[in-house]
Amino acid sequence: MLRIQERLHHLRSAALGVAAGAALMAGMSTAVPAFAQDKTITAVMHSGLRVLDPIITTAHITRNHGYMIYDVLVAVDENFEPQPQMADWTVSDDNLTYTFTLRDGLKFHDGAPVTAADAVASLQRWGKRDSGGQLIFDVTESLEATDDKTIVWKLTSPFPALLDTVGKQSAVPPFIMPERVASGSSDEAITDYTGSGPFVFVADEYQPGVSVTYRKFEDYVPREGEASWMAGGKNVNVDQVKWVTMPDAQTAINALMSGEIDYIEQVQIDLLPLLEASEEVTVETREDLGYQTIGRMNFKHPPFDNAKIRQAAQMALSQEAVLATLIGDPNYYKVCGAIFGCGTPLGDESGSDTLTSGGDIEGAKKLLEEAGYDDTPIVLMQPTDVVSLTAQPVVAAQALREAGFNVDMQAMDWQTLVTRRASQAKPAEGGWNIFFTNWMVPEINSPLISPMLNGRGDDAWFGWPEDEKVEELRAAFIAADSPEKQKEVAVEIQKHTLENVLYVPLGQYVIPQARSNKLTGMIPSPVPVFWNIEKAD
Amino acid sequence: MLGYITRRILAVIPVMIIVAIFVFLLLRLTPGDPAAIIAGDMATPAQLERIRTSLGLSDPLHEQFITWVGLLMQGELGTSLISSTPVTQMIGQRIWPTINIAVLTILLSVLIAVPMGVLAAWRHRTWVDYAVMTFSVLGFSIPVFVIGYIFIQIFSIELRWVPVQGYVAPSEDFGKFLSRAILPCLTLATIYVALIARMTRASMLEVLGEDYIRTARAKGVKETVVLFRHALSNAAVPIMTIIGTGFALLIGGVVVTESVFNIPGIGRLTVDAILARDYPVIQGMILLTSGLYVFINLLIDLSYTFFDPRIRY
Repeated sequence: MLRIQERLHHLRSAALGVAAGAALMAGMSTAVPAFAQDKTITAVMHSGLRVLDPIITTAHITRNHGYMIYDVLVAVDENFEPQPQMADWTVSDDNLTYTFTLRDGLKFHDGAPVTAADAVASLQRWGKRDSGGQLIFDVTESLEATDDKTIVWKLTSPFPALLDTVGKQSAVPPFIMPERVASGSSDEAITDYTGSGPFVFVADEYQPGVSVTYRKFEDYVPREGEASWMAGGKNVNVDQVKWVTMPDAQTAINALMSGEIDYIEQVQIDLLPLLEASEEVTVETREDLGYQTIGRMNFKHPPFDNAKIRQAAQMALSQEAVLATLIGDPNYYKVCGAIFGCGTPLGDESGSDTLTSGGDIEGAKKLLEEAGYDDTPIVLMQPTDVVSLTAQPVVAAQALREAGFNVDMQAMDWQTLVTRRASQAKPAEGGWNIFFTNWMVPEINSPLISPMLNGRGDDAWFGWPEDEKVEELRAAFIAADSPEKQKEVAVEIQKHTLENVLYVPLGQYVIPQARSNKLTGMIPSPVPVFWNIEKAD
Repeated sequence: MLGYITRRILAVIPVMIIVAIFVFLLLRLTPGDPAAIIAGDMATPAQLERIRTSLGLSDPLHEQFITWVGLLMQGELGTSLISSTPVTQMIGQRIWPTINIAVLTILLSVLIAVPMGVLAAWRHRTWVDYAVMTFSVLGFSIPVFVIGYIFIQIFSIELRWVPVQGYVAPSEDFGKFLSRAILPCLTLATIYVALIARMTRASMLEVLGEDYIRTARAKGVKETVVLFRHALSNAAVPIMTIIGTGFALLIGGVVVTESVFNIPGIGRLTVDAILARDYPVIQGMILLTSGLYVFINLLIDLSYTFFDPRIRY
């Protein structure tokens, strides 16, 4: 009897062990062993890649993905000058016809040659999504492929900034896709990820929000010349690049220090001391432009439908106070009153005195009194789940209260905020009065692309200003046919923007990156790119 | 027994229907707009509306619900609004890391906790018992991410025995899987060891006071046999319950541990989906987790008959 029980007991133990072991071994199915011997760069980017269509979204991570697998006709270099990339061009004497000629050797990842028809379809789809593209298509007479290599773009009136717009690096560059992909709707995400860029997207290894692998495109023919920002020769010196998402910043830093990863695109400033002590890692700012943080008011509802009250609010705000709270270390931020960003060709700080000199609470109080502010509560939306946006609302709310505003700061997640800011309802009924966000400077460095400078009421960006003057000035900018004239108009736009408070620029900051010392040759461009990089063994 | 299992499985159906309706409505009533996540910061209201229409989010609620139920009937969970990937594929990619970590955690926990609990009960009110109980309180009290960081600092950064983070499937390389999984599993096991050791000790104390234990000892049966065969078998039912519930909790997602050790499991999948309002993924995950809970509970109930032959269904 005892023996039977003993056996049963052993059987039970064995059964449990086997069951657990079997469960553990299950799931041994999906992994693909790949390129174990290859030279791989493992990078932690600022966010997980989830949307793969770089035209439908303005998300930076998707734009970065776009630069990996697609190429562009024209690209800006580090001097903000458009340079030939896939195509060279000529412009007719009347500035109404642009003729682009594709260079030799361009191939898609499926082996098909890149043709002018592919480029035309791609430009047309881009023109439906991108604000700068829409402006060009407003004056487009025709855009045609006249043969396999030639694209002819005819305009009804000159658009001197056409090449700058087609060659811009952010937010939505016109990536060239095969015609079969680009001819689809611009409101539905693409599902065919065939590009002609220097890297190939490895679909089998893609896990949305977790990791994405890019393999070197062996048939890619780089342009001659040095790489400069998005222009020049895109020479790939590694076999593959893997982007992995690490939601925990501390984990990413530990992984970089232990050599498990090679690169972190954005390091939280407060964690920098951990890395600075390491001899195997370099912390640096890739470029100086960085980001502009801004506040935007709602023009539809009181009290910010009153220009004087908007001016009072702007007068109360101090860039230094916002930046010091947001970033902390002055090495990584810069007080800058230029709406087009400091360090850009159009950057000018006219009219930004109070913002850049610590704010003027007394002046704001006086203005508020003159404007007859009736204590209407200001609904100030505060996102709590985005690290780069948590400080601005708190600092601004304090300054506005000191100036005499009745501030109702409402905490919410970013998703709730983006839904709510689209609501034109009264602030007390689910609407809003003011929110904050950040832009990459190349996204706001021209009146053609900065969303806040659209003055077309309900068709404008959230906040919906109706501002005829800014529209006139934008038209004057489009017509300006020399950099000098463009700059003159840009200064006027700068002054008008701050006078009418189309938005409040709250300063510029950069986020440092960290890389293993094995990586060298990274291009100092606003968009992080992986061509040109060498990785030592 | 078969009848019981069938009844239990059938009882799952109304539970899942209620969960499905509840989850669907709850998500649609929460503010948030997947189209805004897709389109990004620059999109105009008109562009957002067109994307919403193309995703089917502008359809009336009942139509959206019928479409989703139709898919469920065909065994489909729909497609992610954000990444355009089938939800079943996303869950398929992410569930194995979670299951493998959960199994290893439970194995480790049981192997450590049960002997600890037995020892504490056997040496009741001695320093051994107090040591086990102190560990137990600590295991409960220290937040899991703190334990995780401490383990990483010691074993990965100082000693360099194991990698800091990451996950490798056991099929790809079992050694690499173990070296990466051991720290997260030990971290999670701290809580479960505490839990299971306490439960084992309490159950054992109750059983050790029974007449048949005294009889066994009087007959001269070896102490280890008394403890592990006579006492532990009879104390097993509550221990199994706690192990089963623990396993279900682990499968349900351990977001913090997954984040600290960068494990691409379903906990993070769910949190990411909630932040992006990716409705089909959230719905799929909640249905799956509810189903798993019910299934694991059924297994626990069935295991009672294994440990206690007096229980019959």
